Amino acid sequence: MYVFEYQRAKSVADAAAALAKTGGKALAGGQSLVGAMKLRLANPGTLVDIAGIAGLKGIKQEGAAVVIGAMSTHADVASSAVVKKAIPALAALAEGIGDRQVRNRGTIGGSLANNDPAADYPAAVLALGATVQTNKRKIAADEFFKGMYETALGADEIITAVSFPVPKKAAYVKFPNPASRFALVGVFVAQTQSGVRVAVTGAAAHVHRATAIENALAKSFTADAAKAVKIPADHLNTDLHGSAEYRAHLVSVLASRAVTAAG
Amino acid sequence: MKKSIESPEPASREPRLSRRAFLASAGTVGVATVINPNNLVAQPMNPAAASVATDGAEGAVSMTLRINGNEHRLRLDPRTTLLDCLRENVVLTGTKKGCDHGQCGACTVHVNGRRVNSCLSLAVMHAGEEITTIEGIGQPGALHPMQSAFVAHDAYQCGYCTCGQIMSAVALLKEPWGPKDDDVREAMSGNICRCGAYPNIVAAIQQVRGKS
Repeated sequence: MYVFEYQRAKSVADAAAALAKTGGKALAGGQSLVGAMKLRLANPGTLVDIAGIAGLKGIKQEGAAVVIGAMSTHADVASSAVVKKAIPALAALAEGIGDRQVRNRGTIGGSLANNDPAADYPAAVLALGATVQTNKRKIAADEFFKGMYETALGADEIITAVSFPVPKKAAYVKFPNPASRFALVGVFVAQTQSGVRVAVTGAAAHVHRATAIENALAKSFTADAAKAVKIPADHLNTDLHGSAEYRAHLVSVLASRAVTAAG
Repeated sequence: MKKSIESPEPASREPRLSRRAFLASAGTVGVATVINPNNLVAQPMNPAAASVATDGAEGAVSMTLRINGNEHRLRLDPRTTLLDCLRENVVLTGTKKGCDHGQCGACTVHVNGRRVNSCLSLAVMHAGEEITTIEGIGQPGALHPMQSAFVAHDAYQCGYCTCGQIMSAVALLKEPWGPKDDDVREAMSGNICRCGAYPNIVAAIQQVRGKS
């Protein structure tokens, strides 16, 4: 690990000021960042710890949306009565991230800011058409994910909460790597108030919508309709766990399973 | 003149410098332990570690960690992980380093009652929180029921992952898992056993769950 200075922020304003002044990185649960720093893949001069900021925790229903504080852990989301009732697919997704030790520390805000190409939460945010709230603005899901580990966040911008509109029905199915539980491919299918949205994680450089499957499901919301869509393998990932062609095949298969699971 | 032959000093009387003691003093910038007399069970195993002097190394930060009911005042490089702090600075070596990357679970401890991988946390992040290690849940002669069950079921072979397995298993008791063996396997998925003692680990945990 390279040398860094550690600061613990008491408020979001504190944290934003510290990030602006130092050019450092915000530290949430540390389940990705600490590991990356150990491998010297990340080298922040200053770490601003935001995990303890009380105002960033809590999960509540606000009208037709569920609002989740950025520092809510995956375990918090998985066990939340509000989430389980309004968007059970989201609670189930949180329950499937990593293992229990990771879920006790990792946060939704940290996961989204990191935007790992195989992370689960980005698929939920994109498919449900959620809104990412920061200390500066509200960012629509379609505008948030910009590239591999890249988001629309500015250097001193901090995610404060995520607002998920309650869908008519939704389900997330992933093919997990048996060791890490990261998605080899994960597909989140949602029937939202504004139509069918399908988001795919793990398959490409970053989470993206599968518009061909969305169009097929808009005509017929059935497992067969999703499965019939042929996804081109161009631009999909190839690694030791699976080829681009295999991932392309998985996208349709998992989408069809998600449709079945959504009921 | 008669040459006197001295018998060699018994090894145990030689001043011994173990690797761990060396690391504890060289690697620690400073550490002081406040022993809570009401919680003697959870004292550091090596009291010598409690008196290492502060040397004021550059960049070190002061923190107070509450471990097994005792407060430890430490000055550490902020890069020190909770795992390294526990093992090298506080000398509670029950917590094991396996992969050091959050994948194997050998380093599992409880923070505020929830299990976490101590290798993926910096010690400084946990100032003011309640940290519990394997030394804090039971001691020889007064084992936690989960420790007794692991012994009764031979739930280990080499034993390296065992402390992490037991810390996970103890936390599991307070988590909302289903009753089946499969639920236990899923609940314990963050703890790897290279020897493959899984069936006995599941049996031990199920025995304790049946009792509780």
